[in-house]
Amino acid sequence: MTDTTDTGPVLAADGTPLKKSLSRALRMQKLRALMLIAPLLIFVLVTFIMPIADMLFRSVENQIVQETLPETVTALASWDPATGETPGEPVYAALARDLKVAVAAKTHTRLGSRLNYEKTGISSLFRKTGRKVKKWDLTKDAPFKEKFIKIDKDWGDVGVWKTLKVYSPKFTNGYFLNAIDMQKGLDGAKARPENQQIYIKLFKRTLFMSLVITGTCILLGYPVAWILANLPMRTANLLMILVLLPFWTSLLVRTSAWKVMLQQQGVINDVLVWLGLVSDSGRLVMINNQTGTIIAMTHILLPFMILPLYSVMQTIPPSYVRAAKSLGATNWTAFWRVYFPQSVPGIGAGSILVFILSIGYYITPEIVGGTTGTFISNRIAYHISSSLNWGLAAALGSILLAVVLILYWAYDHIVGIDNVKLGG
Amino acid sequence: MAKQNSSDAFVEFERVQKSYDGETLVVKDLNLKMPKGEFLTMLGPSGSGKTTCLMMLAGFETATHGEIRLDGVSINNIPPHKRGIGMVFQNYALFPHMTVAENLSFPLEVRRMGKSQREEKVKRALDMVQMGEFGGRRPAQLSGGQQQRIALARALVFEAELVLMDEPLGALDKQLREHMQFEIKRIADNLGITVVYVTHDQTEALTMSDRVAVFDDGRIQQLAPPDTLYEEPENSFVAQFIGENNTLEGVIQKINGDICEVRLDSGDIIDAKPVNVTKAGERTKVSIRPERVEFNSERLQPGAHTLRAEVLEFIYMGDIFRTRLRVAGNEDFIVKTRNAPDQVRLEPGSQIEIGWLPQDCRALDA
Repeated sequence: MTDTTDTGPVLAADGTPLKKSLSRALRMQKLRALMLIAPLLIFVLVTFIMPIADMLFRSVENQIVQETLPETVTALASWDPATGETPGEPVYAALARDLKVAVAAKTHTRLGSRLNYEKTGISSLFRKTGRKVKKWDLTKDAPFKEKFIKIDKDWGDVGVWKTLKVYSPKFTNGYFLNAIDMQKGLDGAKARPENQQIYIKLFKRTLFMSLVITGTCILLGYPVAWILANLPMRTANLLMILVLLPFWTSLLVRTSAWKVMLQQQGVINDVLVWLGLVSDSGRLVMINNQTGTIIAMTHILLPFMILPLYSVMQTIPPSYVRAAKSLGATNWTAFWRVYFPQSVPGIGAGSILVFILSIGYYITPEIVGGTTGTFISNRIAYHISSSLNWGLAAALGSILLAVVLILYWAYDHIVGIDNVKLGG
Repeated sequence: MAKQNSSDAFVEFERVQKSYDGETLVVKDLNLKMPKGEFLTMLGPSGSGKTTCLMMLAGFETATHGEIRLDGVSINNIPPHKRGIGMVFQNYALFPHMTVAENLSFPLEVRRMGKSQREEKVKRALDMVQMGEFGGRRPAQLSGGQQQRIALARALVFEAELVLMDEPLGALDKQLREHMQFEIKRIADNLGITVVYVTHDQTEALTMSDRVAVFDDGRIQQLAPPDTLYEEPENSFVAQFIGENNTLEGVIQKINGDICEVRLDSGDIIDAKPVNVTKAGERTKVSIRPERVEFNSERLQPGAHTLRAEVLEFIYMGDIFRTRLRVAGNEDFIVKTRNAPDQVRLEPGSQIEIGWLPQDCRALDA
C-alpha cells in the first residue's frame, strides 16, 4: 500500500508520480483515438477549415496594387487629393516604369479588373494604356504626364488617382464596405447612392425569408411529427418513409417539379381556373418571386424540422399528458402546458437546422426565386462565377458566417444550447 | 346514462369487457363493487387485465362493453379530465419542466382556483407527505422516494375522493417500498379516500389492502380480504399466486360434507377440505401452506391420514427454517418452521411422517 500521509504527490507502486504513470498508461489509448479520427480531421481541415480561412483572408486582402505598381504607390503617398489636382510628373513617371514591368508580365490587366470593381472603366483604361506603354522608351520619352493623358483623358481624372490611392494598402476594408452598401473614400466611408444599394436589402430579405420558412416548417412539421410519434412503430416507420422521400429525390428535380406546379400555366393555376376560383386572366403568380421560394424551400427543408421534432417527441412518455388530464386539464391545456414545453428542444433543434440551412440556400432561390425571391447566396455565387469579384464574395460570405454565429450565440444565450435535442 | 342508484357502491364495474384488437378479450366480464373509503388492490401477473381495468376507470381506455359507475353515475362517456379521479402513475409522471410546487398547483390552476387558496392547498399537501421544504425543486432533483411522495401529493391535492395508483412503488428499492406502503396506507386512512391500487407484488397487496382482487386471464379469480385470500384460496390459481404453496395432485375418492378423501397420484390417501370440487372421480390439486405442515407426531391429530416424507434439504433463514421434502413424488414440498429453541432441525436423508389438519388442506380444481 502507498503511504498517503505523505505531503508530496501520490506515488505509484514503482515510485513515479501517480499522475505521470496514469497519463503514460492512457497515452496509447489517446494515440489510438487520434489515429482513428485523423482521416476525418485532415479531411475537414483541408476541405472546410482552410477554405473558410482563405475566404476570411480574401475578404480583406488587397496586395495586387502594391505588387503591380510598387513605385506608383510610393510616389502617390505624398500626393494630396484634397487639392483637386492630378499628381505631378514623378507619379506619372513611376506609373510608366511600373506599367512597363507589369505589361511585360501581363499583370496589368488583372490589376485593371481588380480596380474596375471600385470604379468602372479602369479595366479598359489599363488595357488601352498597356498596349501603348509597351512601345515607350523610358529613358527618352519623358515627361509622361501629357503622354498618359493623351492616351486616355481618364489619366487626367482625379477620381482614378483617388481610387488608386485608396486601394494602395495591402489590406482593405473596402470589400466589407461594399458588402454593406458603402463606399470607401479617402475621407472615410460613405453610403452608396440609393439606386446602387443592394446588399443590405438582400441580407434583410434572406433573414426574413429564412425566418418565414422556419416558421412554416414548424407549423407544418409539428403536427406531422406528433402523429408519427404517437402512432404504433410499424405505421410510424411507413409514414416516416414518406417524410424522408424528398431526401432521396434530387434537389434539382424537386425544385423543377415546383416550377411545373406553380407556374402560371402550371398544375395549380390550371386546377384553380378549371374550378372557377380564379379567372383565366387572373392566374396567380406563384413562381419567380418570394412566394415560390418560400413554398419550394419549405417543402425541401421540412424533413429537417420533422426529424428532430419526431425524435424528441418520441421520448415524451404518454403518461405526462394522461397525468395532466387526470388532474383535470382539458386536451388543449394538457397539450399546451405539459406536452408543448417538453417538445421545445425539438423545435429549437429543427429551427436551428432549417434556419441555418435556408440562410445559405442557393439552388432553389436561383431556380424559382426570380428577382424578388433570391437570397444573398445567389449574389455571392454571382460574384464568384460571373463578376469574378472574389473579394466581395468573400466579404459577403464572411458577414453571412458572422450572422449565423451571432444568431447561434444569441440562441444559446436565450434558450440554451442544452435545450437542443436531436433525440435520446 | 342517468343516475342508477342500484346500490351503495361508490365504484362499480358491471359486466365490463375490453378488447384492443377485436379478436381477444383482455378483460372478460368484470363485475366489481367498491364501497366508499375502501382500499382495494388489483393483483395479478402482467397481462392479466388489471392495468386495463384501472385505465378504463381513469378514462384513458373505453370499455368495449358494460358500464362503469362512479357514485352511482355512469362515467363511460365522461372524458378523463372531468372525472375528478386522482391518479399516481407508475413512473410518477411529474412534469419535468415545472417545480414541485407548480406540479401540485397545476390541478388547482386548471380548476381556476385563486392564488392564495392554491398556495395554501399546495403547502398542506406537501406537509402531508413531509416534503414541505421541497416546493421549489424540480422533480429531477429529487430521489425516487421523494418523487413518489410528490406524485401522491399531486393526486390528492385537488381533494379527489377516488385515487388510482398504478404500481406506484415499482421503481423503489425494497426498504423504501415497505416504508412507502405504510405511508400511503396511513394517508389514505386519514383522508378517508377510496383507493384502487394496482400491483403485481403480493406482499404489497396483502399488507395494504382492505380487499384484494386477484386477476388472471381477464377475470377476477377471487375478491377477498388479505387473510381470507391467503388462508382460504378459492381456486388453484389463487393458491399458487398468493404466498408459498405446496401442491399435490390426485383424484377425489369421496366427498363427505366438509371432508373429502383424495387418492394422490402416488397412491397415498389424504383428507382434505373440498373447495371447488363437486363430485368423486374429479381430478384435483390439493394445496397446503408450508407453515401448516406438521411433522411432530405428537401434535398430529389421531386418525388423520399421514404421509411418509424424505428430507432433502434444510435451509437456515434466520427467523425460520425452510425444509425441502420429497412427499408423494413431489420433490419441491416445502415446510416452514419457526426458529424456536425447542424446534427440531431435520437432517437431510432422514425419513419422517408428516400430516396436517384437514381444514388446512384444500382440494381445489386441477
